[in-house]
Formats: sequence, structure tokens, C-alpha cells
Amino acid sequence: MLTIDHLKKHFGSVKAVDDVSLDIKEGEIVSIIGTNGAGKTTLVNLISGYLRPDSGQILFLDKDITHASPYVRIQMGVGRSFQLIQLFGGITVLDNVRTALFSKYGMIKRGLLSADRYSSITEEAIKILDNFNISDKKGLTPKGLSEGDLKILDIAIAFALKSKLLLLDEPTSGVATSDKFKVMDSIVSAIKKEGISTLIIEHDMDIVSGYSDRVIVMHEGRVMAEGKPEDIMENKEVKATVFGIVS
Amino acid sequence: MGLKNKPNYLRWIVYLILFIALLFIPRILSIHDLMLFEYGLTFAIVGLGFNLLLGYTGLLSFGHGAYFAAGAYSVAMIAKYLPQAYSIEIVIPAALFFSLILSIIFGFVCVRHTKIFFSILALSLSMLLFALLFKLYHITGGSDGLRVPLPTMFGFSFKGIRRPEFLSGTYYYFLLAMFAISFVVMKGIVSSPFGKALQAIRDNEVRAELIGIRVRRYRLYAFCISGMFVGLGGALWTFVNGHVTADLSHWVFSGEIVYMTLLGGFGIFEGPIVGAMIFTYLKLYAMGHTEYWMFVIGATLIVLVLLLPSGVAGAFSTLWRRTIKGN
Repeated sequence: MLTIDHLKKHFGSVKAVDDVSLDIKEGEIVSIIGTNGAGKTTLVNLISGYLRPDSGQILFLDKDITHASPYVRIQMGVGRSFQLIQLFGGITVLDNVRTALFSKYGMIKRGLLSADRYSSITEEAIKILDNFNISDKKGLTPKGLSEGDLKILDIAIAFALKSKLLLLDEPTSGVATSDKFKVMDSIVSAIKKEGISTLIIEHDMDIVSGYSDRVIVMHEGRVMAEGKPEDIMENKEVKATVFGIVS
Repeated sequence: MGLKNKPNYLRWIVYLILFIALLFIPRILSIHDLMLFEYGLTFAIVGLGFNLLLGYTGLLSFGHGAYFAAGAYSVAMIAKYLPQAYSIEIVIPAALFFSLILSIIFGFVCVRHTKIFFSILALSLSMLLFALLFKLYHITGGSDGLRVPLPTMFGFSFKGIRRPEFLSGTYYYFLLAMFAISFVVMKGIVSSPFGKALQAIRDNEVRAELIGIRVRRYRLYAFCISGMFVGLGGALWTFVNGHVTADLSHWVFSGEIVYMTLLGGFGIFEGPIVGAMIFTYLKLYAMGHTEYWMFVIGATLIVLVLLLPSGVAGAFSTLWRRTIKGN
């Protein structure tokens, strides 16, 4: 599904992403962990087209998207959520998702009939909100949502774009500890239902080990280790560098 | 917490009742008050257009007088240079066309920027037009402006009829019809998928881009539609006023458009209409009672911003929700 080959992005002397190669298979949930400044968010920004790499290649569904615009990547099926929630605050939860659907289906230029008249889009939006367990809040504006629901809505918007690959940047940051698993349960069940490949950046190891098929550890812009969550948790180098545990 | 998107047939019934009531206005108001009301209606169309940009796209233009002037001068220039084509069914489409062309040119420059840069660019471009209208005396009449005679209307000539009679008869109903069409079209636009895209851009342009909305392009679309509505308001206004001057493109006039939109409330669809009506009467009565009328207008704006930031219509809407719906 996604293949990254020798990707590099330097900001002056800072090697944010330095010769990173990895791949994600169809339907796989992969987490990236690492200390602050390890290059995780830069990597996601490179994949989503938010940043352009200095060198290397990004292949998505066997097509080279290294230099494609974010718009083209979205059309191809690369969706993302943000560490800092990015929503449309002045419109309802339903309209947040409907607008993404209108955009996905190329209906956004339709300018005379009310959005309510497109009942199939409304139904699909409600189904998505149902999948994420927030359809009862469809009439509210985001101001009326909890932090956890805001995170879920942020991801539901990316989901509405029919993404084949979802990039989730710290999906539980800012969410109360007691709600983290509820939020992740909603997100992962919706993702698994559609078989979407997912790349998650996360600090919380309980979340990482509970929901990932594979974990990639980044350190100073490079991939330090890769493997199943239980293997990574036992990796001495990772424990020392990322978790600060010296055994 | 906003509850929206409920089908609201009651709202449309109220609109219909108000529209029917407006049909009887010429029988109720004196000719003087009717003219004032017609000024208000033309500004209401302007407000609807302006608010597509401010309220729904999040762009504050201090140069919308330019598109008003484009519409108004289209009418006046056709009257002067192409009198054989001077009929309302020709000049209105012409005004829409020329305000669209001007919107495309100015909008192309403006939408590359946001916030203060957008506002200042819009203001500067409108002042360029003002300078042209002011200096090209032989074409535009300069500071004297151009007189606007009564047009023919669908083959009917109003020769020998005085302007007040024209305004209290056929023209009022024509103006009302144009207002109703503008209202319905704009209501459709803001509630359509396109309108949702504009609101998404207003709320979060980064995310809008990342769900596949081409932000600059949609801003330009909004700018052009807004300019056309304002141009239409300008064209309809000329028949009421009978005279156009370069001042229409001056930033002070653009400021009045901003003022009336804020007065009514830019966060609510009907706000600019309410604002346009109040502003028309407020300005006239302030001017009629004191030479310090600008002080009155300024003081009103200060009170408004401090006490009613959502405008008069916005405040009423909030009050309605709290008292009737308990929301």
C-alpha cells in the first residue's frame, strides 16, 4: 500500500527525517513511536504532502506521489488527522463530515440546492458518525463536544474522504486518560470495519501495544527498530533510548 | 451550542408572509418614506452579497464600494452613451456582467491574501477605481457624476412620468422582485454544498485544503458572486437615486457597507438586511437632525461592538432561542 524509500528531509543542520525506509501493508495498523524531535510528525507531513522531501521516494498504491500536491494525495486516498485538532468550528458536526463527503464526490461546486437535499450524502455522513459513536451529536457545533469527541470528529472527517491510508497524529493527545481507550475503540473499530491501512503517531505505549499490528521506533530522524509491539517493548536499545529504562 | 440544519418550514412561511406584507408597502408609506425604503432594499441586496464574503467566507473587504460603483456606472454609462439600449432588462444584466469582470480582476489579486492584507488590498483597488472615476471627467463626469434618467422597462417608456411616481409604481415591484430573487438565490448558495465549502474555508483553511477544497479558487468564486450581488444593488440603487458619483467607489462608502452588515449582524443570514434598513433610516434621520451625524453613526458603532457584537438581528436571534426554545 505505502512504500517509503530512503526519504530525507533536513531543516538546515537538523536531520528531521534521515534516510527512512518503511512500508505499510493493506489493512495494517502501524504505530510510530519516538522521543520528541525524532521526526515522526515530519514523516507524516511528508507522506501527506504538507512538506516536500529533499530526496527519496514515496510510493502509494504503486504510484510515485513524492512530489504530488496534498490535493492529489487526498484524491488518491491519503487522509490525515492532526495533533492539534483541525475542525470547522462554525458548522455542525454533521456538516463537518458532509463537507468532506461533498468534496470527495466532487459535489462541492453545487451552489443552489440546500445541502439537506442531498439525502444520500446526509445518510452516509450519519453512518460515519454512527461508526464513530458520535451520531447523537450531529446537530451540535464542535464547541459543544468533549476533547475526546473532537478527536474522533477530526478522524471521522479524514475517514469520510474514503481514505485508503489514514495518518493519525497523536489521536489521544489532550484526551482525558479515562477516555483514551473509548476514543481508540471507536476509531479502530471504524477503521477495521473498512480495512483501512493506518499509520499512528502515539506516545502512550498502552495505546500503541493495544491497537497496533506493528511498531516502528524513530530516533533522531532514523528508524531505530521495527517489529511487533511485544518485541519492541522488550528491545533493550528502545527501552534505553525511548523509555529511559536502563536494565 | 448551535443546533442547526433542522428543516425549518416555519421560517419560509414567515418569509412568505413578510414578502406579501411588503407588496402593500406603497399603499402605506408616503412617497418620501417609500423612497427611503427602496434605498434600504437596494442596500439589503448589497448586504446579502457582502455577507457572503464576510459572514460565510471570513473575508472582510473595505473595497466593496467598487462593485457597487461598477453596477451603478454600468447603468449611468449606458444611459449616456448607448441611450437606445437603455432599458432595464439590458442594463441589469450589463451591470451584473461588469461587476463580475471587475470582481474577477480585483478578486484575483485580493484572494491571495487574508485578514488585514486582504482588507487593505480590497480598499486600495477600490480607491484606484475611485481615482479613475474621479479623474476621467469627460467620460465619467468626475466629481459631478452622471445623471440617470428613467429607463424603459420591457418596452414600456416612462417619458413624462416623474421619478417619485415611477418609484412608487412599477419600479417598486420590480425592485421587490429583484430583492426576493436575490434573497432566495443567496439563501440557496449559503446552504448548498458550495456554501458549506465557504464556511469550511472560513473556519479552517488548512483543513479545508486537506479535505480537497481549493481554497483560493473558492475564495475567488465567493468574491465574484459577492461582487455581482453588490453590483446588482448598485444598479438598482441608481434608479432610486437618479445620479451617480465617484464617491461610490470611495473607501468611506465601502465602510458604510461594512457598517450596515455589522449593524444587522454578519453571523446571521437576515442580519445584513436588517442592518441595511436600520442604517438607511439612521443615517437620514441623523443627518436631518444634527450636523454631527457622523458622531451619531460612530457612537452607534461603538455601542454595537461593545454591547451587541452579533448585531441587532443576531441579538434578537439569541433572545429568541433563549426565551422561546430555552436553548
